[in-house]
Amino acid sequence: MANFDWAYLFEISLTGIAGGGLYALAALAFVMVYKATRVVNIAIGEMLMAGAYLFFTFASMFALPLWLAIPAAVLGAGLLGAVIERTMIRPLLGEPPISVFMVTVGLASVLVGLVEMIWTADQRRLPDFMPTKPIMIGDAFLAPKVFWGAMIAVVFIAAVLLVFRFWRGGVALRATASDQAAAYSVGINVPRVFSLAWVASGMLAAISGIIVGSIGGISSSMGVFGLSVLVVVIVGGLDSVLGALIGGLLIGLIEALAGAYLGGEYKLLATFIVLVAVLLVRPYGLFGTHEIERL
Amino acid sequence: MRIGTLKETYVADAALFDSRTQKVWLAVAAALLVLFPFMASDYWLYLACLVSINVASATGLNILTGYTGLVSLGQAAFMGLGAYTVAVLETKVGSPFVLNLLAGGFVAMLGGLIVGIPSLRVKGLYLAIATIAASFIAHFIFANWKFTGGTGGLSVPPATLFGLPLDTSFRLYWLIVPVTVLMLLGAANLFRTRVGRAFIAIRDRDISAEVLGIPLLRYKLLSFGLSSFYAGVAGGLWAYFFRVVTPESFPLLMSIFFLAAIIVGGMGSILGGILGAVFMTMVPELLKLVVDLLPGGSELTVFLSPVRTVIFGLLIIGFLVFEPHGLAEVWRRIRRFFHLWPFRN
Amino acid sequence: METTSSPLLQVDGVTLAFGGVKALTGVGFGVQPGSITAVIGPNGAGKTSLFNTISGFYKPASGAIRFKGEDITRVPAPQRAKMGLGRSFQNIALFRGMTVLDNIKLGRHAHLKTNVLDALLYIGRARREEAALRRDVEERIIDFLEIDHIRHAPVSALSYGLQKRVEMARALAMQPQILMLDEPVAGMNREETEDMARFILDVREEWGVTVLMVEHDMGMVMDLSDHVVVLNFGQVIAQGTPAEVQADPEVIRAYLGAGDVGDLRAKLQRAA
Repeated sequence: MANFDWAYLFEISLTGIAGGGLYALAALAFVMVYKATRVVNIAIGEMLMAGAYLFFTFASMFALPLWLAIPAAVLGAGLLGAVIERTMIRPLLGEPPISVFMVTVGLASVLVGLVEMIWTADQRRLPDFMPTKPIMIGDAFLAPKVFWGAMIAVVFIAAVLLVFRFWRGGVALRATASDQAAAYSVGINVPRVFSLAWVASGMLAAISGIIVGSIGGISSSMGVFGLSVLVVVIVGGLDSVLGALIGGLLIGLIEALAGAYLGGEYKLLATFIVLVAVLLVRPYGLFGTHEIERL
Repeated sequence: MRIGTLKETYVADAALFDSRTQKVWLAVAAALLVLFPFMASDYWLYLACLVSINVASATGLNILTGYTGLVSLGQAAFMGLGAYTVAVLETKVGSPFVLNLLAGGFVAMLGGLIVGIPSLRVKGLYLAIATIAASFIAHFIFANWKFTGGTGGLSVPPATLFGLPLDTSFRLYWLIVPVTVLMLLGAANLFRTRVGRAFIAIRDRDISAEVLGIPLLRYKLLSFGLSSFYAGVAGGLWAYFFRVVTPESFPLLMSIFFLAAIIVGGMGSILGGILGAVFMTMVPELLKLVVDLLPGGSELTVFLSPVRTVIFGLLIIGFLVFEPHGLAEVWRRIRRFFHLWPFRN
Repeated sequence: METTSSPLLQVDGVTLAFGGVKALTGVGFGVQPGSITAVIGPNGAGKTSLFNTISGFYKPASGAIRFKGEDITRVPAPQRAKMGLGRSFQNIALFRGMTVLDNIKLGRHAHLKTNVLDALLYIGRARREEAALRRDVEERIIDFLEIDHIRHAPVSALSYGLQKRVEMARALAMQPQILMLDEPVAGMNREETEDMARFILDVREEWGVTVLMVEHDMGMVMDLSDHVVVLNFGQVIAQGTPAEVQADPEVIRAYLGAGDVGDLRAKLQRAA
């Protein structure tokens, strides 16, 4: 194997892992909602897209300076999350989970349609805001946007992990997820926890979307990113923060390798194969909790 | 005014259309269906065929999602499998359309089993995600395989009945509508037997169902296979109707269309599948009408597609939040009102 | 040399664990054919877990379940239903999307033969099977449990007591050889409890069904059962006739806590 291009492999792997960091951040947004409300949000990719388009609107269309545009977009996405929770998730409390799931399908459709209506289906570029010096790790080249994007993702992931671990709200989140009635009875404001989870999810998705959009441009079909995110959370475990991280890195790596060695169109195929493999071998994911059903 | 009906034998009680009034309505409906093509314009014939195809496919999805409680976003992909099968068989083999339609159903069913076997062993939601992935894979295969004509797709020669080409809406009506009626009948029959009951049990309480004697994986696969078969046949009809099949013919949005159809119509009810499919097929037509009537309408046509997308989503959300049992329930309320009419107030 | 006939159901040293929690440890007892056996014990003793293990829903870590002499520990749950293990559930597990009649008919599922092609066609095998099923259910079950007036009602519209009766009906439709009832009179008033007790006795008399029940109502247990098994913390702490078990100090301690056992025993004997 003397002629095997290890340097290339290393370079691709690095890009893959960095990209995986972005998957991890988006997966975190998903897990946040699932942990708190047991809701599977199929529209996670579309919420990511919404955040990216909000940033586009503030930064390019309204020409706001970056230090205003980014927070505005993130807050806007948080607001969107709150609106979504209040109008279409909370009314379905107590209904079978399949109903809420279908609502998120409807939500995805609405978001895609709105984006196409307002901004058309054309691809757009986001204003650059990250340093442009190429990053070299040894001999391997890493695109600066990918690197800095991953760094930002790492910062936010670390922040979320700390919050979950140490803040009272994090515990409240977990309590509400496992037993609403019990949470109510110990004084947890359950509706507020739900709103908070969706707001946080929207904001994390927006950050992820802004980064992804900066790297590859934005379009109304950005939501397809969400499919990979769904595979990430299945691999990692629907309610596991650690799983979102490791799953994200794994899927990022696999997709990058598939893309480089087989061709760009094979990325999604590779993801699907991973999905099938995981479903056959460890359906609850690497770190997901296997809920014991009671008859 | 008919409040209740008296049945004197168990067999009579189990009949699909049990009272004389219902039988009369059924005869009227059948007569209308037969007379319609002779009285309708080309446009309405076209619509009728489209509605019928959508009813067939929606009924298939209803069996899976409405009755068995398993969400699928792959209905369009399986229709695509059926459509491509028919296209390939017509162009390369020239076999009779009945065979082609059945083959389309079987290929789609096979696709369903491949997707279903890994995903149905766990919770139902994994099936939904797997079907989204399957939609992308199917698109990838259709677009990249020379056998299926690549991105250009395949053009489909018309179905022929004893040498007579079925190439007008009028002629296709007599193929599409009877097939749809048969499929509806099959679905209605299903839920008078243990198979249908098992599906509903899986939806309502699957873990208890197993202890009561229902092998879960087998019946989930059965439901998914059957619904895929329905999709495949509907896709085959689609191919004979539109006469061209491309990878873009069956996008994910179409799967969302069918999901919206059964939610709007009423999940878990055959009538719901019919009402929903009719409603959803009319929505884009109504939109077109509205845009034509509005001043400055010609510039708005570019918005038709995204507006449609938004409306599909809003219908799903709206009905789930406000009218979860769909139009079928609205219909039931109207009927009850009229049945009890003299006794109100 | 056994003087009694061999047990219909034999639970042998069954241990069930969830992660670190042992739900059942070395549980063993036999259920004689034609008997009414009660499993009692404080809340959390593992009674429902025991039922779920016998039904096939949980896999024991060790031990065996034998039915009619055959080891069924590895047999999947739907198969056990077909072999004759009927079951009702502690928290009513009726299917809310179906009527009472359909719920009951569902119990017969494992014994029916209609396949999907028969079902789609309906005319022919499916219709004949359904008609025969309907006749059987009406004449033997609906009549027996006196629920003919609600046969077409959606189950969600019924009172708790009636729902419990429909649960029983569905379990009977399973054509069980052993009928496992999980708290059949929970939440019922005196009249409903007496009705249910009568049904259980009739089921044994007219149908020849063996009954295994989990119950908290001590009156019912003592009046109806031939054999009582007492569980506490996942272990069998006593078994025998109702009188034997009632007097057992371990049992008294489990229910009432440690204390002056002699005093308590005297008090119970006076009250009984």
